[in-house]
Amino acid sequence: MSSAPWREAARALFANPGALVALIVLALLIAAALFGPALNPNDLETLDWRHVAANPGLAHAHWFGTDRLGRDLFVRTLAGARVSMAVGLVAGAVSLGLGLAFGAVAGYVGGRTDDLMMRFIEIMSGLPLIFFVIFMTVIFGRNQLALFLVIGAVGWLTTARIVRGQTLSIRRQEFIEAAVASGAGTPRIILRHVVPNVIGPVIVYATLTVPQIILFESFLSFLGLGVQEPSASLGTLIAEGAGEMEAAPWMLLAPGLFLVALLVALNVFGDGLRDALDSRERR
Amino acid sequence: MSAAGTPTATLALGSLRVSFERGGASVEAVREVSLAIRAGEVLGVVGESGAGKTQAFMATMGLLPPNARASGSVRFEGEEILGSAPRSLNRVRGSKLTMVFQDPLTSLTPHLKIGVQLAEVLVHHRGSTWASAERAALSALERVRVPQAQRRLEQYPHELSGGMRQRVMIGMSLLCEPSLLIADEPTSALDVTVQAQIIDLLRSLRLDSGLSIALVSHDLGVVAGLADRVAVMYAGRIVESAGTAQLLRGPRHPYTALLLQCVPNLRAPRRARMPSLPGSASSAAPLGPGCAFAPRCPRASDRCRAERPELRAIEHAAELACHHPI
Repeated sequence: MSSAPWREAARALFANPGALVALIVLALLIAAALFGPALNPNDLETLDWRHVAANPGLAHAHWFGTDRLGRDLFVRTLAGARVSMAVGLVAGAVSLGLGLAFGAVAGYVGGRTDDLMMRFIEIMSGLPLIFFVIFMTVIFGRNQLALFLVIGAVGWLTTARIVRGQTLSIRRQEFIEAAVASGAGTPRIILRHVVPNVIGPVIVYATLTVPQIILFESFLSFLGLGVQEPSASLGTLIAEGAGEMEAAPWMLLAPGLFLVALLVALNVFGDGLRDALDSRERR
Repeated sequence: MSAAGTPTATLALGSLRVSFERGGASVEAVREVSLAIRAGEVLGVVGESGAGKTQAFMATMGLLPPNARASGSVRFEGEEILGSAPRSLNRVRGSKLTMVFQDPLTSLTPHLKIGVQLAEVLVHHRGSTWASAERAALSALERVRVPQAQRRLEQYPHELSGGMRQRVMIGMSLLCEPSLLIADEPTSALDVTVQAQIIDLLRSLRLDSGLSIALVSHDLGVVAGLADRVAVMYAGRIVESAGTAQLLRGPRHPYTALLLQCVPNLRAPRRARMPSLPGSASSAAPLGPGCAFAPRCPRASDRCRAERPELRAIEHAAELACHHPI
């Protein structure tokens, strides 16, 4: 029977033990973030005055302990992870979509259009990132979705460059010429013949940007620019935990370990994906 | 025959010129080409690499790169298409006027199934429904004698051999019943046995449907098997054109004669050296006032170096550009 290139890539991915383990860990972490908080009687913001800065343990309902306001760290870590994952997903999708559209058009159309579009990218990447994000949070206020979009809108520049490079390398190939010769217009060629053929390397790049974005959001939240109380992200939790590191190390360890596990799993998975798609290219 | 004037010609190139801008300098690939292909005719265009044969037809299809300039006229079914907007060109490209490329391995989009790629042409040009387009795709594959056509529709290009992919390309080019198929070195990337099969296929398609074919090749053997008429190009110009049999039996231009000598002969003495043409052809090099072939020509005289011979009609509807024909 016929086998799609995608199916073969999937088979290569599952044959790679590292990538498979990373995928399972990733699935567990996502499941924990989605369903974990429901397993615990506590919620995100209730203060438990009887257990302030409590040790982790099973003696009380605070399995990961509490912070210095007596809020449950198990729930806060998992809910924070949910926010961090959402940032990675939304901002990753924004940067993938924008970068793909922009890069494919610039690379395929070429000439003056390409020059103008790439100069725009260069100007954008010349702007200091932090300044840009602060500026945007001032304009849009402390809106979580706006924050996601802003981070994504900063991340798409490199994606666009990669897509353009890939597009340039295929635009003189005969199947593009054959498509022109068969009467297809420019938008059709870009959507049907350029984008699907560059998407492999770009998706791999995207899986490697998601951890960067999560890290960047943690960093912004650490600075106080990101997610605001009472909701939390892994970044805000780590910032709080870092302050109590000596007295209550679990406040740093719970969100810190979760973040490390998430980032390692994403990176290993991205690496595996790259290998899987590459082996298809080699054949 | 005066090419551009023939009203019934399917394709008429009139004084077509193509040049490329490269770092401020202009490089001429096609210096002046006039030719006509009548309905149902197969015209072979031969010449060495760099003779401008491919570029002349790339200009016809509107496929020149951005740094190219084309002038002259290209009339397809009586309508001027040179320099017309892509939108209006796209109405004929791929439906009435189609092209098959040299390398079948890279001419199909790698990520789409064969059936989808074929059907899409009909959906795009004719507005057919997917269901009817897929039925047409199946019969197109059967028409170009692809075995197990039904199964091929579900396969991806990398699962097919080179010869099979070229059949698919030819089948795709025939989907909308074109009046002219431009085949640019359609067999050069294939094995000799597969070459013969593809040429057979083109011959029978042409007999079935009265299709005109422009067959571009550097291989006289391929052209001889299929073409009604042959035009020989050298350095961006046609130097001789005649009916295939006449040209092969009695070439008039020294270049044509030398090309024919270079066709390997099985009956030649075994230890004899393969004949080859001295020197190299590059249409891009600037030319003097004389005949472009003069530096390599055994019959060249001072007149050849000073004055370029014009292409003129000779007997039997042939054309020739030479001061000292054989």
